[in-house]
Amino acid sequence: MSQPVLACAELFRFEDDVPQLLGSECSDCGETYFPAAAGCTRCLSPHMKPREFGRRGTLWSWTIQAFLPKAPYDSGETADTFKPYGVGYVEMDCGLKVESRLTVAHPEALRIGMPLELTLIPYRVGADGAQTFTFAFQPAMPAEQGAEHG
Amino acid sequence: MADDVAIIGIGLHPFGRHDSLTGRAQGAHALRAALKDAGVSWDAVGVAYGGSHDAGNADALCNDLGLTGLPFINVANGCATGGSALASAVAAIRSGMAEIAVAVGFDKHPRGAFNPHPRDWGLPDWYGETGLMLTTQFFALKTRRYMHEHGISEASLVRVAQRAFRNGALNPNAWRQREMSYEEIADSAPVNLPLRQYMFCNPAEGGAALVLCPASIAKRFQPKPVIVKAAVVRTRHHGSFEVFSPALAAEQAPSPTVTASRAAFEQAGVGPRDIDVLQIQDTDSGSEIIHIAENGFCEHGAQELLLRSGDTEIGGRLPINTDGGCLANGEPIGASGLRQVIEICTQLRQEAGRRQVPGHPRLGYTHVYGAPGVSGVTILQR
Repeated sequence: MSQPVLACAELFRFEDDVPQLLGSECSDCGETYFPAAAGCTRCLSPHMKPREFGRRGTLWSWTIQAFLPKAPYDSGETADTFKPYGVGYVEMDCGLKVESRLTVAHPEALRIGMPLELTLIPYRVGADGAQTFTFAFQPAMPAEQGAEHG
Repeated sequence: MADDVAIIGIGLHPFGRHDSLTGRAQGAHALRAALKDAGVSWDAVGVAYGGSHDAGNADALCNDLGLTGLPFINVANGCATGGSALASAVAAIRSGMAEIAVAVGFDKHPRGAFNPHPRDWGLPDWYGETGLMLTTQFFALKTRRYMHEHGISEASLVRVAQRAFRNGALNPNAWRQREMSYEEIADSAPVNLPLRQYMFCNPAEGGAALVLCPASIAKRFQPKPVIVKAAVVRTRHHGSFEVFSPALAAEQAPSPTVTASRAAFEQAGVGPRDIDVLQIQDTDSGSEIIHIAENGFCEHGAQELLLRSGDTEIGGRLPINTDGGCLANGEPIGASGLRQVIEICTQLRQEAGRRQVPGHPRLGYTHVYGAPGVSGVTILQR
């Protein structure tokens, strides 16, 4: 599959078709940042280096976006076509919690601590049918399996 | 204290929806009312701090009140605009810059949730475009985590809203003056679960103004001056859980509310147990619950019992948001923090009518919180 059109291409490194989340790390104190930061807000160091966070985490908090956000949200939906979506903070191995859309939007299917993995979802469909993708976390498979986007 | 500052005039334009009035007109109404309350004319005011988020420059009030040449500083500090204006006015009087100062705020927001633009907040475009930059999401995410960590039930979220509307029904200036049943709130439409429609305040319109002077001369103007024992503003630290955060640090730090509150108590030389009546930022039910503990009024998790026992009601030992708070008054950003101060002054002056806290309260407290992580706290004494 060809690379999808991304709203935020700088956030990923692709391993085959599988996205890995990218950010940065302070070279002096080791604090991690997503997205990549220009400087460290903890120790005030300007020295940062890229850092990869992988693609697996656990759900740290969640909500369901039940109404159509105003601009700058640009999904192309209307109040009539809008589908609620899940939003959560996902705790990565390093302890950083990344805010993300969730592929699940049902309260019964979400619980704090559940394992999740990174995927890409089309959040916008243009008038010409072209899709734009963003990142999301989905419930992780019992065994480690590659998540396909699209 | 020799350099204490007093509030000698309070003025409010009721919050709500006022289609025929500009935000500025509501600010001018509030300012005129505050000046009248203080018995001070506009040309006696030595410095003014004012703000509005969506209704133009506060300085434009001079076109209504009079072009006296005074230094008028426009304040833009999100939801903490009013608190920042007040803290600045207090500092100006203490420094000797002016004898009489004004803090004023007004606003008029479009209906529906705020729609901030990522670049204004130092954030990438995708954060807004992909639907992550909503204040309501933040409140819900922080509330959900807090409930999980501290054993807060959904019933507590309902109780906060119920009390707000119950108090609003006693307040002739409130926007929402109708009591709501437990079920009506608990069954209202999900907005950002766990928060539902009647657990959120709405952006609104209104104006609020204060006139201040050195406490030593306050009784010349006002038989019931209110002393500002502390007026503190603090911003976020690295690691605190704030609105508009694409990620949270591995190690969490206390919110700016905690630091502002501690500094205010220290300045005032009192503690949470000394406070008789308080205003706690209630953009939503969850935030109020979190803020009660962050401001030091109970341990984390103890809100559950506090709310169930009635302690936070007007007749309780810790009366919170006696005018209905943001939930019953709505939130015109520029004016909201000053509305809190005005309600505490009204309570300390024994002028709160049907919602008056019994026992002649002596010390009051206000707390405001807003994007991107700024808190303002005041401690007020009759």
